[in-house]
Amino acid sequence: MSTAASNFSIQTRDVNLWYGDFQALKNVSVNINQGEVTALIGPSGCGKTTLLRCFNRINERYGNVKTTGEIRILGKNAYDPDVSLIELRKAVGMVFQRPNPLPISVYENVVFGLRVHSARSSLKKSLLDEAVEKSLQEVSLWDDLKDRLHVRATTLQLEQQQKLCIARLLPLKPEVILMDEPCSALDVEATLAVEDLMLALAGTYTILIVTHNMAQARRVSRECAFMLLGEVVEVNRTQDLFLTPRDSRTADYIEGRYG
Amino acid sequence: MDEAGNPGRETHQKEPLAAFSGGGNLGDQVFRVLTAFFAALAVLVLAAMALQMFRAALPSLKQFGWKFLSSTDWDPVLDSYGALPYIFGTVASSILALLVALPVALGTAIYLAELAPLWVRRPLGILVELLAAIPSVIYGLWGIFVMSPWLRDSVQPLLQKIFGWTPFFKGVPRGFGMMAGCLVLAIMILPTIASVSRDVLLAVPNSIREGALALGATRWEMVRKAVLPCAKNGILGAVILGLGRALGETMAVTMVIGNRPDISWSLFSPGHSLASVIANEYAEASGDLYLSALTELGLILFGVTLLLNILARVLIWRVARGPAGARN
Repeated sequence: MSTAASNFSIQTRDVNLWYGDFQALKNVSVNINQGEVTALIGPSGCGKTTLLRCFNRINERYGNVKTTGEIRILGKNAYDPDVSLIELRKAVGMVFQRPNPLPISVYENVVFGLRVHSARSSLKKSLLDEAVEKSLQEVSLWDDLKDRLHVRATTLQLEQQQKLCIARLLPLKPEVILMDEPCSALDVEATLAVEDLMLALAGTYTILIVTHNMAQARRVSRECAFMLLGEVVEVNRTQDLFLTPRDSRTADYIEGRYG
Repeated sequence: MDEAGNPGRETHQKEPLAAFSGGGNLGDQVFRVLTAFFAALAVLVLAAMALQMFRAALPSLKQFGWKFLSSTDWDPVLDSYGALPYIFGTVASSILALLVALPVALGTAIYLAELAPLWVRRPLGILVELLAAIPSVIYGLWGIFVMSPWLRDSVQPLLQKIFGWTPFFKGVPRGFGMMAGCLVLAIMILPTIASVSRDVLLAVPNSIREGALALGATRWEMVRKAVLPCAKNGILGAVILGLGRALGETMAVTMVIGNRPDISWSLFSPGHSLASVIANEYAEASGDLYLSALTELGLILFGVTLLLNILARVLIWRVARGPAGARN
C-alpha cells in the first residue's frame, strides 16, 4: 500500500462535513489517482459537489460549514491550520458549471493567476506572453484566439469561455483540476470538445469531475466514485463500476431506478 | 376561419370556444385597462409637467435665448436674468459632494456586499437605507445648528491655516457656504450610492467570485479584480443616481449654502443653486418675466436630472441583467 500511496493526488480519510446541522458528507475515504480522470457521480444532493469543493476549501466561503477528517493533497493535509489557502488553490484549480471568465481580456484572464501569485516585478512581459501562448495551446484555443487576445473574454462562445477557464489554471501548474459539471451549460459539440480536452490533459494533471451525466462519466473517466446521501458507496475502475457494480445501490442508480 | 365553407364543423368548433370565453374575462379586462391607465398616468404627468414648464418659461426663453445660460445677471428691477451662478452652484456643490461621498459609499457597499458577516449585513444595510429616509429639512437643521458652527470654528480655520495659499480656502470662514452645502449633500447622497452599489455588487454572479478565489485570489483581490470590473457600469449608475439627487436637492442646501449668487473658487464663500433660488424667490416673484426666468431655471434642472436618471437606470439595468457573455 505504501508504494501505491505515492500515486494518489488526493487521499481523504473519514471526512465529515456539516452545513449547520445538516450532515452533507459522511465518513468519506477515497483515493484519487494521479494523472487520471476520476468521476464523481450520484443523484442530486448526494454531496458530490460538496466533496469536490472540499479539495480547494472553497466550501468555507459560507460561514456555517464544519469539516472534520483529513484530506491529503500532495501528501499534506489541506485542513492543517498552517495551510495557506492561496497556495492550496494554486495547486488545486477549479472549473465551474457555468463558464465564468472575468469581464476582462482573454490575455488578462489567462495571466490572472500569475498576477495574483507573483510579485509584480517578477512578471516580465515576455514571461506572461509565453504563459498565455502555452496555456491556450494546451487547451487548443491558441489558433482561434491568437489574434483576439485583447477582446473581452465574456464575448467568446461558451465553449471557448469554458476552455479559457481551464487555460487560466494552467500557468499555475496545478496538481489537480476540479471540474464541477463543466459541460452542463454547453451544447453537444462543445461538450465533446471539452471532454476531448480533459482526456488530453489527463496525463499531465489529475482531473476530478463531478457529473450528472453517467454517459459522460463513462466516456472520460478511468475511475468512478458513486455517492449517495453523503457517503461514497463504491469506487472502482469506471468500466467495472458500470458493468459489474458491487453494491446494489450502485446497480440501481446506473440502471436508472432513481436519481 | 372557414366557417362558411365547412358548416358541419362550425357547431363543433364554436361550442368549446363559447365555453372558454365570456364569464370571468370581463373582470380581467377591466383590471387590465384600469392598471394600464394608472401606469399611463405617470407618463402623462411627466409629459404634462414638461410641457407646462416649457410654456411658462417661454417668455424668458424668447427674451434671453442662449444668453440665459451664460449671463450672471439676476436683477428683478431691470428685469434681466441669467442662470450661470445658479448652474455653477448646483454643479459645483453636487460634484464636490460626489467626490466626498463616493469613497465612503463604495467602501460601505463593498463591506456590506462582500466582507461583512451575514448577521451584520441586513441590519447595517437597513440603517444605511434609513439615512435616505430622513427628511431633508432635518439635514438642513442639523447643518445650520451643528455642522456650520463646527465648520466655522474648527474645520475652516484649520484648513485655512494649512491650505490658505490655494484659491479654495480663501475668505472669511463663515460656516455657511459652498463647503457646508456640499458636505450636507454628501451625507444625503451617501445612502443612495451605497445601497444601489451594494445591490449592484450582489447582482454579480457568485461564480465570478468563486472563480477568482479558486485561482488563489485573496478576498481583496477578488473584489478588486473580479467583482468590481463586473459591477463597474452599475456602480457608475449608482453614482449618477446620487448626482441626480444632489442636483435636485433643495431644502437642506438652501438652508446652509448661503444663498448668494457668487461664482468663486473658495469653498468658504456663499453660493446658490438652481433649486434654492426657485424655492427662495418663487413666492415674491412679481413680474411675469421674473416668474418665467425662475421657471426656466426649473426647466434646466428638470432636463438635467431626468437625463441623468435615465442614464443611471440603463447602466444599472445592464449589470443586473448579467454579464454580456453569459447569455450567448
